[in-house]
Order: sequence, then structure tokens, then C-alpha cells
Amino acid sequence: MAEPASAGTWMQSFLAALAGPVIFIGRVASIVPLMRQRKQLRLRETAYYLDLCGAKSLPIVLAICFLMGLVMAVNGEIQLSKVGQEIFVVDLVGFAVLKEFGPLMVALIATGRAGSAFAAEIGTMKVDEEISALATMGIRPEAYLVLPKLLAMLLALPVLTVFGDAAGILGGMVIGVTSMDIPIAAYWSRTVESLDYMTFLLGAAKSFAFAVVITLAGCYYGFVTRADAQGVGRAATSAVVASIFLVVIVDVIITILYSFIGY
Amino acid sequence: MESGEKTEILVEDLSIGYGSNVLMEHLNFEVKSGEIFCIMGGSGCGKSTLLKHIIGLYLPLRGDILIEGESIVTADESRKRAIMRRFGVTYQGGALFGSMTVAENVALPLQEYTDLSRDEIAKRVEEKLKLVDLSGFGDYMPSELSGGMRKRAGLARAMALDPRLLFFDEPSAGLDPITSADLDRLILRMRERFGSTIVVVTHELDSVFTIADRVIMMDKKARTIVASGDPVELRDHCPNRLVRAFLTRDGLKREMRDVDVREVE
Repeated sequence: MAEPASAGTWMQSFLAALAGPVIFIGRVASIVPLMRQRKQLRLRETAYYLDLCGAKSLPIVLAICFLMGLVMAVNGEIQLSKVGQEIFVVDLVGFAVLKEFGPLMVALIATGRAGSAFAAEIGTMKVDEEISALATMGIRPEAYLVLPKLLAMLLALPVLTVFGDAAGILGGMVIGVTSMDIPIAAYWSRTVESLDYMTFLLGAAKSFAFAVVITLAGCYYGFVTRADAQGVGRAATSAVVASIFLVVIVDVIITILYSFIGY
Repeated sequence: MESGEKTEILVEDLSIGYGSNVLMEHLNFEVKSGEIFCIMGGSGCGKSTLLKHIIGLYLPLRGDILIEGESIVTADESRKRAIMRRFGVTYQGGALFGSMTVAENVALPLQEYTDLSRDEIAKRVEEKLKLVDLSGFGDYMPSELSGGMRKRAGLARAMALDPRLLFFDEPSAGLDPITSADLDRLILRMRERFGSTIVVVTHELDSVFTIADRVIMMDKKARTIVASGDPVELRDHCPNRLVRAFLTRDGLKREMRDVDVREVE
């Protein structure tokens, strides 16, 4: 009977593949309480990653979210004009940007910028034996390398999401004003009317979960980098692919959870 | 300086490898206090892997490693880190943190484990850099240093907390003979000044005969230690012909030639 054997082998490989990330998450979870110690926060490194993940990502976040809002408004106008309800483009853009596409697009941009950078940086350190050096100095590599990145991402992503939300709504507004002849003040008041704070807060709250997922995936693939010629490149690619997949999965889970509370 | 009688490192029936792949087995040896102990063997036989087991980075397949009487194999995480703080380790490429200056690299262990003020740390860093002849290079980035300088900076960092045990992984790798000889002198100076116990992984014969009190010779095919003792004694009197050949450049060349001829025949 070949089939049970192959199913068993598949399950064995699946569990083996799962063991690495689970152990890594456990190790990171065990060092999170260290964040209370000022020395462990490594403010200089945190500031560096805040700049890398936050300030340096801002232009691309603004550009992409603005264009996304624009595209959404154009498509919304085409469809809603068929039933003479163009004004609902404002609701559509506002709701979709705040609740879904703002946080998601920011997370995907952060994946490309920060997730790959984390994997490449830690991977290179592993190849150069810097991680071994940390360990033999009695310093926990996860505490030294993961905490500043995690903290920076937890601070940067929600702020970037707020900027991304604003840029997306602005993109929709440009189409509303130029193509649909809605006055700016009317577009704005309709946006404020149709949305509530919870929509904004629940959308922005997703970015905390995305920050954790992107940081852990990037760092994990850095730590498991193989010390060969393609190792670091492969780690960066794997980090990006895994992060995108996990961000979407987490988004689905959060959306389902939100639906239980009526949002 | 004579080596003492106290056993600093005791390796007992150690087997090392990856998964089911056994690299070396039945390894037994001890390193005495104040001794310079070299781990020798051909490329790929597992010398560096053995070192990484001794310093607690890898877990062995079986056996035990006692550091000053305490097992690093069975120690829990926090105990293991405490044992590791007694070490100074220099890696093949120096393993300096590329985003920090040389001085920041050396200062890192001091910042982590002491309550010294910023000025005191700076003073201590300068002392350590002077010790390895790198005074004035504190503000350099590791990428601006030569290979030999990077290794010396790595040694300064390893010495930051004045460890009793120093480990060197292939200190001569990639260095010219003069720089390599400088590094050997530095290793001897460390022992003379601080009485450190030093373990060196190398296959450089010049280094071995300059610094080693005792060596062990590992063999890839035998998958264990094939000889141990004073390097000069082994070169002249070891019953194992391959060990004698390995420790004699000309002998090794003759051995290789004979092997080639035998293979052709």
C-alpha cells in the first residue's frame, strides 16, 4: 500500500517544515518581555529601522495608495454610473481604502522593502559568522537582531497606513472632482459622513498584525540562510513570497473576525 | 609559560555531525589550563565543526563537553549563555559587525555585561586595540580593514571581557606568511600576559610548530582522532605514517606522490 506511506511521508515533511518557524516564533516570543528593559530596546538600531521601514517607504506608499484610490474611483464611476449612483464612488473608495486596501498595500510595500532587507541583512550576518559571534558573546541573536526590527515595524506600519489611507482617499477625490464634477467640499463631507472611526481604526489595527508577520518572516528566512553563493538571495526571495502569502492569510482571518462584530 | 594541571575543557566520547551524517566519533581529549591546544586535520574533516560544538553553538550527536567542569551540552539556555561569556572566540573572517566601527565592535560586550561608564569603556577599548596593534583604528569600519587587521580586531573584541578561554578558528586562513606569523606572536603574547587557555583550529604547520603545546590530529576517513601529543614528538616519532607525513611538508608531498602512483597502478 503505497498511498498511506506517501501520505505519512508528506505529513512528516510538512511537520518538519513547520517545526523551524514554530521554534523561531517561540524563541522570539520568549524575548518579547525583554522589551521592558531599556538596554534591550537598542534605540539606535530601532531608529535606523524606523527610518528604513518608515520614512524611506513614505514616498512609495503615498504614490501607490494615491494611484490605487484613483483606479478604484475610475472603475467605481464606470460601474455606478450605469445605475446613476456615481455619488457612491465616494463611499466605495473611502470604505475600501480605510478598511482593506490601505493597510494591505502598505503591508505589501513593507514586505518588498523591509522584509527582504531583514532577510538579506541577517542572512549575510549568518554567512559572515556574525550571528555565531553574538551567540558566543552570550547575546541572544533574536533579542539583538529581531527586537529593534519588530519595534520599528510596529511603530512604522500603522503610521504609514494612516498616510496611505489619506493618499488613497485623495486619489479618489481627484477623480471625483475632475471627472465627476463633485466639489472638493462635497466630496470631503460625503467621505466623513459615510465613514466612521471604527472603520478607520479597525483597518489601521490590521497593520500591527502585518508588522509582526512581515518582521518574523523576514528574520526567520535570514536566520535559516544557507552559507552558499545563492543563500542570501534565496532567503530574501523566500521572505518576500512567504510574507505576501501570510499577510493575505492574516488579512482574511482578521476580516472574518471583524465580520463577527458587524464590520 | 607552562600549562597548568587544571583541566579547562574535557571532551568525552563525543560524536559530531549533521542529522544522520556522522563527521567524527569517539572523540576524547582534554585541554589544560594555560595550554595552547591545536586541532588539526585535513580540509573538510570537521575541525571547525568540532570547535563550534565545544563553544556550544551546536549540539553533539552524543557525548559530553565540560567547560571548567560544567557541561555545555546539557546546560539550559541561560546557563549556556553564562558559560559562553567566559569565552573569547575569533572567527575565520573576524566576524565583526559590519554596521559598527571597530571601536563599537570591541565595546559591545562591555556595554552588554558591565556597568562601566562611557569613558571607561572607551579607555578599555583603546587598551584592547593597543594590545592587538590597532591603536588609532577605532573609528574605521570593518570593510576598511585588511583581512589580518579584521582578525586582530576580532581578537580585541574577544578579549574585551578578559576571558580565560580563547578560541581561534583558522586564524591563518587567507593571510600571507608574515601576517600569519604576526598573529601567531599575538596568540603567544595573549598566553604570556593573561595566562589564557587557547584552542586553535588550524592546518598551518608553521603556526602549529610556533604556538602549540599539544595537538590532536583528526582524520576524515577514520572519523576520529588518530594522534595527539606534542607536535614535534608526533612529527618525529608518531607510529602513524600519515600523521608524520602531514606534519612534514616534504613528507606529505612524498606521501601524496606515492598515493597518486598507487592509484595509477
